[in-house]
Amino acid sequence: MSTKTIDQVEEQFETFQILNEEGEVVNESEMPDLSDEQLQEIMRRMVYTRIWDQRAISLNRQGRLGFYAPTAGQEASQLGSHFALEQEDWILPGYRDIPQIVFHGLPLHQAFLWSRGHFGGSQFPDGLNIVVPQIIIGAQIIQTAGVALGLKRKKKENIAITYTGDGGASQGDFYEGINFAGAYNAPAVFIVQNNRFAISVPVEKQSAAKTIAQKAVAAGIEGIQVDGMDVLAVYKATLDARKRALAGEGPTLIETLTYRYGAHTMAGDDPTRYRTSEEDDEWAKKDPLIRFRKFLEGKKLWSEEKENEVVEQAKEDIKQAIKDADKTPKQNVTDLLGFMFENPPVNIREQLEEYTAKESK
Amino acid sequence: MGNWTMAQAITDAMRNELNKNEDVLVFGEDVGQNGGVFRVTEGLQKEFGEDRVFDTPLAESGIGGLAIGLALTGHRPVMEIQFFGFVFEVFDSIAGQMSRWRYRSGNKQTMPVTVRSPFGGGVKTPEMHADSLEGLMAQTPGLKVVIPSNPYDAKGLLISAIRDNDPVVFLEHMKLYRSFRQDVPEEEYTIELGKADIKREGKDITIIAYGAMVQASMKAAEELAEEGVEAEVIDLMTVSPFDVETVIASVEKTNRAIVVQEAQKQAGIASQIVAEITERAILSLEAPVLRVTSPDTVYPFAAVEDAWLPNPAIIVEKAKEVINF
Repeated sequence: MSTKTIDQVEEQFETFQILNEEGEVVNESEMPDLSDEQLQEIMRRMVYTRIWDQRAISLNRQGRLGFYAPTAGQEASQLGSHFALEQEDWILPGYRDIPQIVFHGLPLHQAFLWSRGHFGGSQFPDGLNIVVPQIIIGAQIIQTAGVALGLKRKKKENIAITYTGDGGASQGDFYEGINFAGAYNAPAVFIVQNNRFAISVPVEKQSAAKTIAQKAVAAGIEGIQVDGMDVLAVYKATLDARKRALAGEGPTLIETLTYRYGAHTMAGDDPTRYRTSEEDDEWAKKDPLIRFRKFLEGKKLWSEEKENEVVEQAKEDIKQAIKDADKTPKQNVTDLLGFMFENPPVNIREQLEEYTAKESK
Repeated sequence: MGNWTMAQAITDAMRNELNKNEDVLVFGEDVGQNGGVFRVTEGLQKEFGEDRVFDTPLAESGIGGLAIGLALTGHRPVMEIQFFGFVFEVFDSIAGQMSRWRYRSGNKQTMPVTVRSPFGGGVKTPEMHADSLEGLMAQTPGLKVVIPSNPYDAKGLLISAIRDNDPVVFLEHMKLYRSFRQDVPEEEYTIELGKADIKREGKDITIIAYGAMVQASMKAAEELAEEGVEAEVIDLMTVSPFDVETVIASVEKTNRAIVVQEAQKQAGIASQIVAEITERAILSLEAPVLRVTSPDTVYPFAAVEDAWLPNPAIIVEKAKEVINF
């Protein structure tokens, strides 16, 4: 009798790709049906997000933003998957997944408020189906199972999508979440953005599994590994997963192979302590913007001029968003006490009185 | 009117709310077909279907996350943790996530989850089943922690908990499930969360208790009465945030108090009550406020449980100590 390992089914988890590093289509049959405008919009969002990331890092260094987790390198994973969603779909993001919720409808100045630790950043516009970015990296996975089951019960034609990183796939809640969603056949899509490092610990030290995608096998759900620097592949994989979920064919786990160029967060992480410049250079060659730009230029859908327009727009929007964030009234302890319960019990009532007196001075 | 055990009263509260509101869902390990290991959800799946009353995979953290997600999509989840000793597995969902949801969303998303769970000692369960962990919950701002002491209160409090738009941890003492019956109205009624109940009036000393310790305190009060001491017994019912007004009014009347909890001395509720009495009513006191608790050991194996847990005799002794101070 022999035991079985995933090696026997490894070929099922080959990396899915549509565009190679030169922006050439290598998988024509999987080419998604997107209009020229849609293709340009995807590029626009990726360029916009790259500029936003550069500005956010600089604003953070100036002390004008708070907590920030850089996103450069992950644009294809984040925005390609988001582009496959419908407006009523639910997003349960991790702390790095701010671009998706902004393109889903969160005003940019609120994203900045969230970064500054102001609750105004998570007072979402009515009807916007997003959840406050999660800090505990497995918690959103189990919550997604719940949202997806909730959508199914309410007979909504929508899915719940969630994001975590390769480190998040080590959390117990990751397994519980994909298992629950599978057991309830709930319309959920789980995206693991494998950016190679959980802060400093490489993915090889997270697990003996060769892919994160194969973890779907044990939960009895679909799993796929995607080239996370290829925006079309991520888009197509998510679109297919969404369709399957709504067709009652269950959840999907999507592993995107990606890389964060920057630090884990701006709170003192120094990536040179745990990775080499050779590794950085190697991944820079796979850059999602370069390859998609090449692809679009080949179709005469992109130009330097267009790119500059987006860059200028992004800079303008960011300037305005910072101004709007600055204008937001300061958060105080009275607000905090006021939001603890619907009907404040006696301890909260007393403390509200105390802080109202203090803070109205 | 039914003459019900606390288990039956709790089932009836859930039945009432399942009937009343389509969005109420009851789920947990073994709660469906099996009706729960204590049969508290008995018959509910048959009555309301697998869509409303359902079994979950065996994973407490997943159950908590499921409840949060369901609440976000407009449901009112009543989740069961099979034994409260297993709460550590789901601590993040309850204490880390649900408790802060209203604030973190700037009051735009609510978390109307009821976490039901059996707990409490004296029934000789295996390790990790009986632990009194209400103190851990009570130390978490944003949670309400409710512990009924009889069938009537249990029904009214659970209906209130399910209707509350904030997370409520509802703990059911295992020893009380079937130890006695009480007349319980079949129609619906609510008991306000956050209010204590004076179970016995008295003028000489206030005994503050909750859960199974209310029965022990009532017995102690009877014994004290035989010796001419009239004890007032307050059942907190909601242990966090607790009804400080009722407690202080009573202490100002009796000038003496003891606090009785089944949990270890360092474990929570009683210390908070003593602190509040000290801050608010020290000049009314004729003696220090003493605590009747279990000792500060890990929760013991079954064979020593009876010696370890507080009982009426110890309560009487402690009350006399305060009176004779």
